[in-house]
Amino acid sequence: MINRILPRPILSLILAVVWIMLSDAISWGSVILGTLLGIVIPLLTRRLWDTRPEVKKPLLLLRYTIRVLVDILIANLQVAWLIARPWKRPRPAFVEYRLKLRRDFSITLLASTISLTPGTISANLRLDKRTLLIHVLDVTDIDALIEDIYQRYERPLLEIYE
Amino acid sequence: MEWLDRQWVDTVLEALTAFFLVAGSLITFISSFGMVHLRDFYLRMHGPAKATTLGVGLVLFASSLYFILIERTFHIQLILVTIFLLITAPISAHLLAKAALHRKLPSTPDTRGAPGELKPEDTAREPDTPHPEHPGGTAPQRPEQPQ
Repeated sequence: MINRILPRPILSLILAVVWIMLSDAISWGSVILGTLLGIVIPLLTRRLWDTRPEVKKPLLLLRYTIRVLVDILIANLQVAWLIARPWKRPRPAFVEYRLKLRRDFSITLLASTISLTPGTISANLRLDKRTLLIHVLDVTDIDALIEDIYQRYERPLLEIYE
Repeated sequence: MEWLDRQWVDTVLEALTAFFLVAGSLITFISSFGMVHLRDFYLRMHGPAKATTLGVGLVLFASSLYFILIERTFHIQLILVTIFLLITAPISAHLLAKAALHRKLPSTPDTRGAPGELKPEDTAREPDTPHPEHPGGTAPQRPEQPQ
């Protein structure tokens, strides 16, 4: 019964809290509307959801999040520096990355992480979900880059989710 | 002596806020600069996908500093904006890249690695759908504008 109304209780909670945070003050109106949205949105989008991801190692997830945030900071500065020096041309490349992750949710996380961090954008996930095409802004050693992505991001994700 | 102390602190806080504002604007400016001088679509994508995130992040940080330290209020929306940015920026970049690959936009010749997505298709291209009112040829040309 509870599963029929609230298929994703955590998502519902997050939606309600975010809505209340978005409206400036906590009032009855925002609480009620937030609760309604928390119930209705998961029901409407239920068919779009993958199976519920289960976090096997929460602590590792925390460490991963912090690492990604730090990397984003560094990545931004690096990219800004690369763009700011027009005298030296970047050496771009398309890289095919062989995925070891199998679940949609963790692949999405990896692709988003890659897009946010040092000079790489995930351009295309092939239909068979085995390779991810990455565009790199500036790279000399492609194999080192692939190894780096595996060690830094994919391996922790494998441990956390699969 | 009390008023002097207070003023001094305010000056430092203001300078700090100003520093983050200027740093954020500078990074946003650099990434827009990249849109002008990088040579292909895939390269230009990197600017908005990343540098903007940090640029906007710094401006938001400056703004929360201002509200916390000087106006003594805290707006949680600023944190939400940062989170939304972090979630949406990679997805829009990914979709842009996918669209570019689909349209086979050329990459600069010094790009290494040629993905299959960019190679010309082997199969013959489907003929263009004829224009409903001009079945014989292509859509009528727009008349030349007089100078």
